Amino acid sequence: MSILVDKNTRLLVQGITGREGSFHAERCKAYGTNLVAGVTPGKGGSTVLDDVPVFDTVEHAIAETGANVSLIFVPPPFAADAILESADAGIPLVICITEGVPVKDSTFVMRYLEGKNTRLIGPNCPGLITPGDHTKVGIMPGNIHISGTTGVVSRSGTLTYEAVGQLTARGIGQSTCVGIGGDPVSGTVFVDVLKAFNEDPDTESIVLIGEIGGTKEQEAAAYIKEYVRKPIASLIVGQTAPAGRRMGHAGAVITGTAALASEKMKALEDAGCHIIPTPADIGRVVQEMLG
Amino acid sequence: MKLHEYQAKALLAEFGVPVPEGSVASNAAEAIEATKNLGGTSVVKAQVHAGGRGKAGGVKVVTSPEEAGAFADSLIGTTLVTFQTGPAGAPVHKVLCEQTMDIEREIYISITTDGGRKRPVVIASSEGGMEIEEVAQNEPEKVFTEPIDPAIGFQPYQGRKIAGALNLPADQVRPFVTLVDACYRAYMDSDSSMIEINPLVLTKDGKMLALDAKVSIDDDAMFRHKMMAGLRDTSQEDSLEVQASEADIAYVKLDGNVGCMVNGAGLAMATMDTVKFAGAEPANFLDVGGGAGEEKISHAILLMLSDSNVTKVLVNIFGGILRCDIAARGLVDAYAKADRRPPLIVRLLGTNVEEGKQILADSNLELTLVDTLEEAAAAIIK
Repeated sequence: MSILVDKNTRLLVQGITGREGSFHAERCKAYGTNLVAGVTPGKGGSTVLDDVPVFDTVEHAIAETGANVSLIFVPPPFAADAILESADAGIPLVICITEGVPVKDSTFVMRYLEGKNTRLIGPNCPGLITPGDHTKVGIMPGNIHISGTTGVVSRSGTLTYEAVGQLTARGIGQSTCVGIGGDPVSGTVFVDVLKAFNEDPDTESIVLIGEIGGTKEQEAAAYIKEYVRKPIASLIVGQTAPAGRRMGHAGAVITGTAALASEKMKALEDAGCHIIPTPADIGRVVQEMLG
Repeated sequence: MKLHEYQAKALLAEFGVPVPEGSVASNAAEAIEATKNLGGTSVVKAQVHAGGRGKAGGVKVVTSPEEAGAFADSLIGTTLVTFQTGPAGAPVHKVLCEQTMDIEREIYISITTDGGRKRPVVIASSEGGMEIEEVAQNEPEKVFTEPIDPAIGFQPYQGRKIAGALNLPADQVRPFVTLVDACYRAYMDSDSSMIEINPLVLTKDGKMLALDAKVSIDDDAMFRHKMMAGLRDTSQEDSLEVQASEADIAYVKLDGNVGCMVNGAGLAMATMDTVKFAGAEPANFLDVGGGAGEEKISHAILLMLSDSNVTKVLVNIFGGILRCDIAARGLVDAYAKADRRPPLIVRLLGTNVEEGKQILADSNLELTLVDTLEEAAAAIIK
């Protein structure tokens, strides 16, 4: 009942000996994720969290443990290098949590990934979680999720928790929740996740949470109109944001008409989405949509 | 980080982009000297981080050094209000004095990174001197976009393609290609998020020059451009926003009276929207960040309270990385230190929420505790 991560996930954490990396690696493991390895250059040969081996390189970690998903917690100046190392070693799914990666670095990374079998999620994202398989690859609080058939995709971290909290409060479980991140250039966009949810037999409905800036929501709307027949509820935040100002996320800037919340809502409504009028209405609208 | 026009032109010139002759002046004497050096006439332009200077009276063609001095004197030390600055305006500390020229044609050119294409794009238009947004809306056929492959960089054939779309005369194609190439190198080398030359002019004597230039640098890349840190002019920014950025707090001042303190950018925007839908106006966007400690929370709240428009406070924390007990401690600390204590609405959820609520209860701080955004909205307008 999921996309991207499930019980077959063998997780590797890059930056596992750092403050954030060790804290969240432990949380992922405690949630039930199969954490098989860590990588910190210079710390190879040690173990952390009782029994998790640490390696100097991703290549070595894969050879020894069969890791197939990498979660990255390294500081911004080194994040692109960490992503490239994982991609070069052939990891099919890389999630970069790091916030503050220069856009130029992300551009080069995405160019390198063209034609390769590695999917990047992030940077600047909360990661993803499949509650039904007890698999959490990210920084979200695990206990607010319940297993179910609604897929959630969002550009935000805490707002995704808000959405999940409202769904769970009404007993609406989630198949997989994916945070694609708040940067202007991201590895995975709404369309990629929508496609996966659309093809996943166990995802029956979708919640899409967007925000001001860029055109990712319009691209999502065009895809939905053409291909998706599962019910979708959508919230766009930043309806009160002033033009030209960065709202925390590097990508959340109204740079022109298309970047406005109202334009995005119009496009999604035209595509047949159920529009969630205010952030307080997420649970209610999804419940009404599911009937 | 935005650069001033004179800084942007210096950066572009370093990479070989032709810019008008001129120099920057901080007072009347320097403006007189600069205009003398240009042969007695010049264009004097106020240096502020905003467009619309011409219409706002911040640009003047002067025909004598004395006139340049007088105009500089009338601008420097004042604030210029343009359609982009808001009613408060932006302070003028410097003017740029540049050579005058006879203009044959004006075109538009910019480079930015397109999130959809995941690569840099050169945007060009024959409609120089206009707002590109307007042109894109009204005459989209006049806006030409050329994506650049970051692996190989800008290629001359792409420059010729754009020149063709702009209908440039044959003898201007080569200089144009060289110019765009220089812009692209400047864009990548300096980690820009935007370079805009509007207008790029063709003069009657056959020269091509960047008449105006705007450059913004990616804030997230400043760690590898330490030399450029000195180019930041904090006087052009809101003072609270400058303090916030120094403390690594994402804060944007708005016009309302409900101060919002939130963790996470998305939830912070959602909170602002909730305030608005309840019928009130948010005083700010504030994302305290994921890994904030007690001190940073306290600092963020005090900073928000120093905006005298704030008469109500809404704290909305969904603990993930940030624990609710830490947030509660920071909040109690801030209200103990604050010189005024506007009514407080608090919503805590997620990691360590019970500990957080207990800390608030033990503090005897007067507040309205809410569980949902709906309740928060109701409490705001009560």
